Amino acid sequence: MSKEYETVIGLEVHVELATKTKIFCGCSTAFGGAPNTHTCPVCTGMPGSLPVLNKQVVEYAAAVGIATGCTINRFCRFDRKNYFYPDNPQNYQISQLYLPICQNGGISIETPEGGKKTVGIHEIHMEEDAGKLVHDEWGEASLVDFNRSGVPLIEIVSEPDMRSAEEVIAYLEKLRLIIQYLGASDCKLNEGSMRADVNLSVREKGSSEFGTRTETKNLNSFKAIARAIANERERQIDIIESGEKVVQETRRWDDAKEYSYPMRSKEDAQDYRYFPEPDLVPVIISDEWFNEIKAKQPELRDEKMARYKEQYGLPDYDIDIITANKKLADIFEETVSLGSSPKKVSNWLMVETMYLLKEKGMEPDKVTFSPANLAKLIKLTDERVINGNVAKEVFEKIFDEDIDPEAYVKENGLMSVSDEGELRAVIEKVIAANPKSVEDINSGKLKAMGFLVGQTMKEMKGKADPASVNKILKELLGI
Amino acid sequence: MSLMSLTAVELGKKIKEKEVSVSEAADAALEGIKNAEGTINSYVTVLSEEDIKKRAKEVQEGIDAGIYAGPLAGVPVAIKDNMCTEGILTTCSSKILGNFVPTYTAEAVINLIKAGAVIIGKTNMDEFAMGSTTETSCYGATKNPWNTEHVPGGSSGGSCTAVAAEECSYALGSDTGGSIRQPSSFCGVTGIKPTYGTVSRYGLIAYGSSLDQIGPVAKDVSDCAAVLETIASYDPKDSTSVKRDDYDFTSALKDDVKGMRIGLPKEYFGEGLDEEVKAAIFKAVDVLKQKGAEVSEFDLGLVEYAIPAYYVIASAEASSNLARFDGVKYGYRCAEYNGLHNMLKRTRSEGFGPEVKRRIMLGSFVLSSGYYDAYYIKALKTKALIKKEFDKAFEDYDVIIAPASPSTAPKIGESLSDPIKMYLGDIYTISANLAGLPGITVPCGTDSKGLPIGLQMLGNCFAEKKIIRTAYAYEQSHEYARCGICK
Amino acid sequence: MANVISDETIEYVGILAKLELSEAEKEQAKKDMGSMLDYIDKLGELDTSDVEPMSHVFPVNNIFREDVVTNGDDSKNILANAPEEKDGSFVVPKTFD
Repeated sequence: MSKEYETVIGLEVHVELATKTKIFCGCSTAFGGAPNTHTCPVCTGMPGSLPVLNKQVVEYAAAVGIATGCTINRFCRFDRKNYFYPDNPQNYQISQLYLPICQNGGISIETPEGGKKTVGIHEIHMEEDAGKLVHDEWGEASLVDFNRSGVPLIEIVSEPDMRSAEEVIAYLEKLRLIIQYLGASDCKLNEGSMRADVNLSVREKGSSEFGTRTETKNLNSFKAIARAIANERERQIDIIESGEKVVQETRRWDDAKEYSYPMRSKEDAQDYRYFPEPDLVPVIISDEWFNEIKAKQPELRDEKMARYKEQYGLPDYDIDIITANKKLADIFEETVSLGSSPKKVSNWLMVETMYLLKEKGMEPDKVTFSPANLAKLIKLTDERVINGNVAKEVFEKIFDEDIDPEAYVKENGLMSVSDEGELRAVIEKVIAANPKSVEDINSGKLKAMGFLVGQTMKEMKGKADPASVNKILKELLGI
Repeated sequence: MSLMSLTAVELGKKIKEKEVSVSEAADAALEGIKNAEGTINSYVTVLSEEDIKKRAKEVQEGIDAGIYAGPLAGVPVAIKDNMCTEGILTTCSSKILGNFVPTYTAEAVINLIKAGAVIIGKTNMDEFAMGSTTETSCYGATKNPWNTEHVPGGSSGGSCTAVAAEECSYALGSDTGGSIRQPSSFCGVTGIKPTYGTVSRYGLIAYGSSLDQIGPVAKDVSDCAAVLETIASYDPKDSTSVKRDDYDFTSALKDDVKGMRIGLPKEYFGEGLDEEVKAAIFKAVDVLKQKGAEVSEFDLGLVEYAIPAYYVIASAEASSNLARFDGVKYGYRCAEYNGLHNMLKRTRSEGFGPEVKRRIMLGSFVLSSGYYDAYYIKALKTKALIKKEFDKAFEDYDVIIAPASPSTAPKIGESLSDPIKMYLGDIYTISANLAGLPGITVPCGTDSKGLPIGLQMLGNCFAEKKIIRTAYAYEQSHEYARCGICK
Repeated sequence: MANVISDETIEYVGILAKLELSEAEKEQAKKDMGSMLDYIDKLGELDTSDVEPMSHVFPVNNIFREDVVTNGDDSKNILANAPEEKDGSFVVPKTFD
């Protein structure tokens, strides 16, 4: 390659909103279910049916807009996007083109070089999802299921501000966290509740003109996105270097085969004939409503990080791990509010929780234990009712089954023994049985203390309070 | 004389007073159908005698138990075939819906059923309501009962002929550009197009969503007011439905137009208007003058721009509304095809008739890339200007009087050959749809060929009561004229 | 006729509208569309530069549903009119993305 090229990337991110019902009808958005069991005349395009907008969709869309620094259009409306495809029951999609709900925002990301940059958000609009086409491998037919038809989506269209796969992934991670924090979606790439289409073009380094871009779809993981970006960059550079022109088109990525191919046939002129949806009335967001949505806005990650430092004095390392997932942050705050020491809660989350998540191959979202039980566990260790090793064992039970640690410790007799009389008798026995160690200690090899403590713990089946053991041992040995 | 020669309200009263049973009323409708249907072709579907009897019995019991207490309980009704009726074939007179049996019922029809209506059948129409003659139906043309060589008008032709030929007591029609008012005038019956949003569109198979309204067709103004009062409702399922607090339209049935300010737009009485029609309307206006109405002529602007604006908007919306008919979910699917796109194309090409295809093509074109602003946006701006003209006019007038059509019913086969000429026939009715206004047509005599002439009254938005009152007052001056076929 | 509709235009609109016209229908469509557009061009006489396009006649806005599930399994009704059905789904000729 003689010339140096720069990759210019913009993203179109579709996010499925976490509403209970579809955008224009009262059908459930729940996953699963036999084909067409979550459908009605509206979401299957029956003649004479009419859409009615789900208010929660507007609130989620506006909340995402506010959190990403967008201007919220106080007057917005829906348009019809006309195209024929059998997963689209009306053969038009209700979307927003002319007056989308949010415009002109941006989010700050960290670049791979360690700096910061803002990726602009051109707009966010509301729209309906399509149904699902299942292609019969052997037969001559495809099957249409409209359960997903009408599930609410927001499409977040970025400016072409990204220059590498790393930046794209940083942007998506940030966006995902914001939306998860808002509770507007669970944003799972692999399950399709977050889908990213990559608009990519290349140009010679230093040029201010944009090249011709392509849009790549069907990217189901960060890895697939990175591979598709590298592949498309190479493909376009090859075309340019061979003196030909990149064609503006939509391509589909096949991650197994690691290549992309053009999606549309001659049968699809990409002319969507948008016009204002006559069956829906405009949405007007008054100051009052706007302020209501804003007031409901939870604290986002950046604000939370600053507060954790200020309020709890946690180390940056802890804050980074705990706030990387809203669920963990929620557990942290609730446990602390029950009186536990912030650093101790943080330790349980960072160390034991992360270890168990990894061990069990779980996402932090799937954590089910209650903050109350973690708080109780911390209290049990603070009051030296149980020792550290027992606590770890009890925590695993809490993690798995959310048991009440107080009851569990009692039922299983896990309380530490700190009764002087009982401990003294056991320790006297241990000393008598290990004259060599006593000799070592007396000759100044204090390391042997550890051995005697260990032997005591063994005799006590792990339930001795280590501090008491130490104290009595020292006393008996006269040191 | 048949029970079908009574008005719906008269018949309802006899049923209520147990002079007539619901089943006798239904029988009379079936008798009327036996008499006229062979020549007129008002219906796409007539329900089986068994189903009608079953419903009649149910309603009779409901009336006896005091559940159905309204003026229309037990009265037989015909429904235009573009309103969904659960379990009853609903075709829009199109091959593409030739086998479509809805599993839900249009809100307006539900309102009738709740009031104890007995549905007799579904009436013929121009395919997807696109036409002014009821000739574009895939089930053959409907004929004018006053003279079967002539069209009944359209698109609600079947609803109007079923009322005129006494094949039902009253009917529901729909009006996108005059489809209730113009055929009512051609058939010598009364019809109302309500203010946009007054009757729910849920279950009405859309043609032009921003223009479509369901309304009553009946023998007189009292019937229309009673039917409108029954079908009008705020419907949360229709986002364009309007909450009103004046659904008591029958309260406007008063023979009193003293001081009513009536305006005659000069532009509606100029070139192109048949002299006999004009004379009949002026005669009717004289009656209102004598009753104390204040009548004057005025200039209504932009009249000539209504038709082009209408055809852009209606065709554009139709091209999108009719996209769902593709052989995937319901309706016709072509017998042979090669792959998906071929199936979609063939289904649509075989399933739609020429007039529907013409409008889908035009609508797709005016929305296509590069033409949207020049045609569609321009038409929406024109609509805004036309609305303004009417706002201005209604500052000075309570009611605007106009013809319903430039002439009486043309002969069958004369209109379709020249679409533009056919579209021009909508000049007096179309503006009301663009501006959302209510309109009523009442019969005002016949021409020298014996064909009915209709008088149209337009009111400001939500001013149905003014036009109902004016039409009612005028109606008191003459008897309802029955057509030859039912005598 | 001021508006001359080309074969390409009719072809293109046919693709948009998913209509397959016969040769005779195409010729007729060219004529009809041309004369309709000539007629529609009359709108060009109006100065609408300061006019807002009006899609709804009334200033009705903010009509919403609450986010509450109201519909159950209606699949039997939804599939009742399907031209072809299999395993609770609508069947279409095999499609590729």
